[in-house]
Amino acid sequence: MRLERRAAPSAAMVWGAPLIALALTLSAGCLLFALLGVSVPGALHAFFIEPVTTRYGLGELGVKAAPLIMIGVALSIGFRAQVWNIGAEGQLIVGAIAGGSVALALYEVQGWYVLPAMAAGGLAGGMAWAAIPAFLKVRFNANEILTSLMLTYIAALALSFLVSGPLRDPDGFNFPESRLFHDAALLPRLWSGTRLHLGAAVALAVVIAGWVLLSRTLLGFALRVQGQAPRAARHAGFRSSTLTWFSLLAGGAMAGLAGLFEVAGPIGQLLPSISPGYGFTAIIVAFLGRLHPVGVLFAGLIMALSYLGGESAQITLGLPLAVTGVFQGMLLFFLLATDVLIRYRVRLGATR
Amino acid sequence: MEQSATSSLLRLTGITKAYPGVLANDAVDLSIRAGEIQALLGENGAGKSTLVKVVYGLLQADAGGIRWRGQSVDIESPAHARQLGIAMVFQHFSLFDSLSVLENVALGMGIDADAALAKRIVTVSERYGLPLEPARSVYTLSVGERQRIEIVRCLLQAPKLLIMDEPTSVLTPAEVDTLFATLRRLAGEGVAILYISHKLDEIRALCDSATILRGGRRVAEADPARATAHDLARLMMGDAVQLGDQAADARGEADAGAGVVSAPRSARLGQASPQPLAARGPVRLATRSLDLPADAPDGQALHGIDLSVAAGELVGIAGVAGNGQDELLAALAGERLASLAAQVWLDEVPIGHRGPGERRRSGLCAVPEERLGHGAVPELSLSENALLTAHHRAPVARRGPLFDRRAAQAFAEKIIERFDVRCDGPGSLAASLSGGNLQKFVVGREILQSPGVLVVSQPTWGVDAGAAATIHRALRALAAEGAAVLLISQDLDELMSLCDRIGALCAGRLSAFYATRDVDVRQVGLLMGGAATLEAVA
Repeated sequence: MRLERRAAPSAAMVWGAPLIALALTLSAGCLLFALLGVSVPGALHAFFIEPVTTRYGLGELGVKAAPLIMIGVALSIGFRAQVWNIGAEGQLIVGAIAGGSVALALYEVQGWYVLPAMAAGGLAGGMAWAAIPAFLKVRFNANEILTSLMLTYIAALALSFLVSGPLRDPDGFNFPESRLFHDAALLPRLWSGTRLHLGAAVALAVVIAGWVLLSRTLLGFALRVQGQAPRAARHAGFRSSTLTWFSLLAGGAMAGLAGLFEVAGPIGQLLPSISPGYGFTAIIVAFLGRLHPVGVLFAGLIMALSYLGGESAQITLGLPLAVTGVFQGMLLFFLLATDVLIRYRVRLGATR
Repeated sequence: MEQSATSSLLRLTGITKAYPGVLANDAVDLSIRAGEIQALLGENGAGKSTLVKVVYGLLQADAGGIRWRGQSVDIESPAHARQLGIAMVFQHFSLFDSLSVLENVALGMGIDADAALAKRIVTVSERYGLPLEPARSVYTLSVGERQRIEIVRCLLQAPKLLIMDEPTSVLTPAEVDTLFATLRRLAGEGVAILYISHKLDEIRALCDSATILRGGRRVAEADPARATAHDLARLMMGDAVQLGDQAADARGEADAGAGVVSAPRSARLGQASPQPLAARGPVRLATRSLDLPADAPDGQALHGIDLSVAAGELVGIAGVAGNGQDELLAALAGERLASLAAQVWLDEVPIGHRGPGERRRSGLCAVPEERLGHGAVPELSLSENALLTAHHRAPVARRGPLFDRRAAQAFAEKIIERFDVRCDGPGSLAASLSGGNLQKFVVGREILQSPGVLVVSQPTWGVDAGAAATIHRALRALAAEGAAVLLISQDLDELMSLCDRIGALCAGRLSAFYATRDVDVRQVGLLMGGAATLEAVA
């Protein structure tokens, strides 16, 4: 078996590779379940089918997929321009802090403007956090992978400090939690009997906006050119600093808004931990979705299922929660491996 | 010319290779003897590169046979080809700039970079008149010296067949002469040389025989010593091509015996005096004491560049690659900004602080030397590549954040049609075009935007004679319409036949400019070598 370079990148494999990666992940998953001594069909059922057999489960799928899709689309835009924002998790946390603080500051204020103000806070918080690596990159050429990633841990510790101190619920028996948001500060539900909230609709809008941006606007074109041929971008008059700023701020804005949606939606207050790693998982979502907003939509749903499947496997089969991370990691691993098929084909048999 | 199977070193029969949409080689036969220098001649896209890639094991033929020294062989990889004794020097070098000559040679051969290898490099390079210092870093070397590394790397493996892919496109006249002496010496020692080129006078000067490809088929064999350049061009391009063009004539009639560069002009040293400005029209592009620091370790700083180009004028800048051409283009196109706005002027407006987009909107378009990755994006379609620079100007420009896909496609179609770009239509990827065709597209894209000022670097590098003539005609027509055209080129023939005035760039400094009719190639050579004026050396 050997690899042979293709004359042109295969368009079929651009979308075929993620499907092959999914199949490989499933096979490796079966092997893993077998090694753990659980029934393979039962485990697969628990992992992939059971979570979406109920209305509530379907709603949960949307709840988990919404932040992944919002962030995934925004990261795709940056990744197209080779701007590697790895710190969406931190931007999500700061967005939640900023938007949540607005909710707490307007505690028991009734008014239509409370949620928009919180959303503005979430957007601003996420963008401010992403502006730091953007500034460092443009001004000092500091690697945004490192700076954005390190800022994630600062954000997480800041949240932990805030809910243990300044933002702690005065009537909360010293638990590190904020007050529960009041009703005007909670997202409206879209589907009764589930926790599906307005964020899911926003995520769909983000998919459409991202699609239009990348395929129809000059800005999206500039981002693609910048990623593929920076010298050509400069020749065409596209400013790399502008594109870097836009990429990071877009990622920060969507991550911040997603963070705010988490605390104003399913959680309803600020907690020391508000995200099961959506900001990191969105990176996998972006690549699994081929950096294409519509692809990201499907990839987001698949990764959301892996969260639900992990919980379900924990409950029904007594498997550790780490199984979610294992599945997500395997998927990214196989995806990176199968991506080679876009440019190379596999030739079976001995060399001629 | 026909040899029997036994006496030929390499014999190809019926080589056929198809790419999606194109039959690159259609039952091509070729045979070469030991000690023979054979030209492989053809336009861009005629299938020359594909054929030699099959010989070098980079591609596998779909059909046809290869006989090497009488034995039928299947060359499955470049390593296998080298093992057989086939070596190739590519048009684009594969060298690591930050490594030394020795390390580059060692990497290419897969052996250790030790003192013994350094000694062999020196021995071989001296023997063939290709001086090289093994310890030098590649980034400090000129293009000609880099090519020597590639050649020496091949010679160290004692090849029986050496394939050279357009080796002279980046060399100065003197370097070309050295190369030819080396190749003749190798042929004298029994090495067969397959020489790809479309410079007809070179082939007539160097080669014993010529195989001519057109549209993937072998259309003729010719004896370059007896055939005229005109005959060769006709075989290469087909009868449909009119050779009335001045540039083609200048190339065709050039005296083959004197090497590459020879223009039909009498030397009139002493009459030449620096030409301040042609009195043809208002100055459209000018620089005033333009300095630019180098932005990379191997970059070249610009020092006190003063130039002006008037409406209707074609001004040429000669020079060996790496003397500041890229930096000058970047400074004029706006990719790098001047420290003072008043260092660059466009139509009497200081634009030193304006970026490329603003300059384009004001009428200054530019064509960089490097097509892939600078002038065009390889993985984007021709439509999108048309949009790349044309979105600043009519008819593609549009207000608002959305771009006009239809206008971009129509513009791409216009370029393809007007410049005869061979491709599968505006949807084909830039990377799928042959180098010459992409060059036509990139140059055409700027010319068809009807710029007031066009700065163009190496417009015909790697382009065949027919396409070069098309590009030259278009540049002349643009100037005739009142545009100012600045042509940065290493091709002296091109500069001498096209330009009204000529100067040279050497080590980041610009010489004085002279009316082209007053100077000859040798004098321009002096300017390229660093003379500020001809009076200084007269």
